Amino acid sequence: MSSAVQKRYPEVWRKHTPRETAARWLWIAAVAFASAWSVSALDIEWAFFKDAHVQAADLAARMWPPRWAYLPKIVAPLVETIHIATLGTAIAVVFSVPIAFLAARNTTANGFTWAVGRGILVASRSVNTVIWGLLFVAIFGPGPLAGIAAVSARSVGFLAKLVAEAIEEADRGPIEAIEATGASTFQVYVVGILPQVMPVLIGTTVYRWDINVRESSVLGFVGAGGIGIYLYASINQFAWQQVLVVLLAILAVVVASEAVSAWVRERIS
Amino acid sequence: MAAAREAPAQGGAGPLLAIEGLAKVYPGGTRALDGVSFLVDRPEVIAVIGSSGAGKSTLIRCINRLVEPTAGRVLLGGTDIVGLGTKDLRQARRRIGMIFQEFNLVDRLTVMENLLSGRLGSVGFFASWLRRYPPQDVANAFAMLDRVGLSGLHDSRADALSGGQRQRVGIGRALMQNPDLLLVDEPTASLDPKTARQIMRLIRALAEERATPALVNIHDVALAQGFADRVIGLKAGKVAFDGPSTGLTPEVLTEIYGAEDWSQTIRREDEEEAGA
Amino acid sequence: MSTAAYPTSWRPPPAFFGTRTRQHAAVIAALLYVVWSVSTLNVDVNRALAGFGRAVDLFVRMVPPDFSRGELLVRGMVESLQMAFAATLAGVVLSVPLGIAAARNLAPRPVYLAARGLIVVGRTFHEVIIAIFFVKLFGFGAVAGLLTLAFHSVIFLAKMLAEDIENVRVGPIEAVRATGAGFLQVVVYSVVPQVLTRSVGTAIYRLDANVRHSTVVGIVGAGGIGQTLSASFSRYDYDFAAAILLCIIALVALGEWFSDWVRAKLR
Repeated sequence: MSSAVQKRYPEVWRKHTPRETAARWLWIAAVAFASAWSVSALDIEWAFFKDAHVQAADLAARMWPPRWAYLPKIVAPLVETIHIATLGTAIAVVFSVPIAFLAARNTTANGFTWAVGRGILVASRSVNTVIWGLLFVAIFGPGPLAGIAAVSARSVGFLAKLVAEAIEEADRGPIEAIEATGASTFQVYVVGILPQVMPVLIGTTVYRWDINVRESSVLGFVGAGGIGIYLYASINQFAWQQVLVVLLAILAVVVASEAVSAWVRERIS
Repeated sequence: MAAAREAPAQGGAGPLLAIEGLAKVYPGGTRALDGVSFLVDRPEVIAVIGSSGAGKSTLIRCINRLVEPTAGRVLLGGTDIVGLGTKDLRQARRRIGMIFQEFNLVDRLTVMENLLSGRLGSVGFFASWLRRYPPQDVANAFAMLDRVGLSGLHDSRADALSGGQRQRVGIGRALMQNPDLLLVDEPTASLDPKTARQIMRLIRALAEERATPALVNIHDVALAQGFADRVIGLKAGKVAFDGPSTGLTPEVLTEIYGAEDWSQTIRREDEEEAGA
Repeated sequence: MSTAAYPTSWRPPPAFFGTRTRQHAAVIAALLYVVWSVSTLNVDVNRALAGFGRAVDLFVRMVPPDFSRGELLVRGMVESLQMAFAATLAGVVLSVPLGIAAARNLAPRPVYLAARGLIVVGRTFHEVIIAIFFVKLFGFGAVAGLLTLAFHSVIFLAKMLAEDIENVRVGPIEAVRATGAGFLQVVVYSVVPQVLTRSVGTAIYRLDANVRHSTVVGIVGAGGIGQTLSASFSRYDYDFAAAILLCIIALVALGEWFSDWVRAKLR
């Protein structure tokens, strides 16, 4: 009977057809090639790696003990960092709503307005907060104002993209019902759509605020205010014990803001 | 197909399966099993019934030690499974096929990979990783697919199948082990009534064909009566009834489950072929 | 039926704060916060107003963007891409052990806590801060950038992997174990299939994120297009800066499109 089994049924089974197998190998080869190219083209001085751990240990030793006397000096810049994040996020929220309506397929006026909305999203999101900082320092001069502008410029795209997606996924039912009452387009947006996307807007805002606190901690590197300038200065002066204090302060603020953000998001959902 | 099986264990030492004084106390003090003993000395389908929390699931999982029993012995063909070390336990598990309520297929793998995973215990790690199974296993898997009524679906992904089809794959996976014993945990609880009967019929037919005893946890008393030769009733971790399925009287059910009107539940003889 | 007995005014109940008093309090608190924060920022109003004029001036100097130094531009972009790619690869390799160590259902308690602690601390610090340390250790250039991105990739990918492993369904694991499979077989047949697709998706997403982040670590001298950009800003070379920014936007948009495309194909 087992010979009958062998006659009737195939004895070989492959998960992939030869073509699929070839495609997989091609992908693997492409990844391997790209990695080899990337690593070799970067001119890595491998000798540096040999004593990296010694250097790192040396740096760590020089950081210890933290110079706590520096802490009072950085309280004001830390507060400023949080202000930059909060005000920047607030401004971004205001602008993100109309842009989201522009960039959502079902609420935009025509192809041109949609392209404008999408263009704003892409430009805002592609440029890092710190690079926006460079730009706004050139405009407003060094200081927290440039930082706030940079945070808003980056956050607008982030918020608007997620809100636009929420608008596109909004339940058609209530929208139709409000259209049926003879409401104007604007009324439909405000009464029919906005309440539906409100939870998304609030959730992403709080989430983005938490990211922005982190981003604001380095805006000072390009002169856009906050704690970053003190960190940068301390590093350039090789004041490593001061650096450790600043790092610990940033750690505390970021972890706290993350906890706040998580708490708020849990409450609204 | 029976010829393809390895020699059944009943020729060797002792009965097919003997459970002796099996007990399980979970951390936290829940006594799920309290001295369960019974003997399986011929290939038969045994339904294990009892209310939720009576210990059915724990009993089945203690036999292949997915749950570690607190006390007692599980003798499979004379070997005590409870005392085995990791490696010997793996060997013992190969001889026990298991079928689950939630099917427990690996969703992203194909039907074929799920069936062949029944051979994992007898294939080396690298061969299984590279999906290189012995030709006989592959042929048996195709045959099994035919037998459980899923011909042609070998390259479908498990998550593309219906509930009944998935359970058929689950049955196939267990039987690919050529087990000496089948453990079946609520095989129909996730299925509609018609599919449930089909699945029970398939399990029964396969168990008979292969002369493999099967221990089936089941909620549905009517299904238990319809498809089992023998019924073991558990109550609070103890055996409250052990006898032929024809012996399930209202008194017995009241003993197992508590007072209720059982007249509608107990199957009448003329219903036997309904719902085929 | 007369309507005289019914109230003629109605206002919706406050949505998020429970009572109207609390809602008013929240609004007032928010306004007070804005006043306080703006007052402490000591923004130079005249300088700020002058900014709008400068913005126009800046815009005029940016247009048209100067693409004439194409070679410098391309070299910077390619370096950013290489950094992003090598960093993702290093991240994928190193995140597997860290991710397993940070999965509550696989790792022993002390290992789990240590790995989670490393992830929390690592996530806290912005790329630029990490970059500045690597610049101190390895000197200016792409290596510092590569290590920065790699560091962040390891942390990020390990966190995602750990969460995926923690969410694995236990049923299939139980079933594969019941066939008598060994530990590695259980991992390969029940954990890997459940985690793999998501992990590849996360890695592709991280490649895309690394392309974006590679443009910024150059600000502190860690190589890539960001370094070119930073230099052009400090030389007031705004038309070249505009060209770089446009290229970054194009590259990032392309990276995002690629990442979405691959992840959609993976399902």
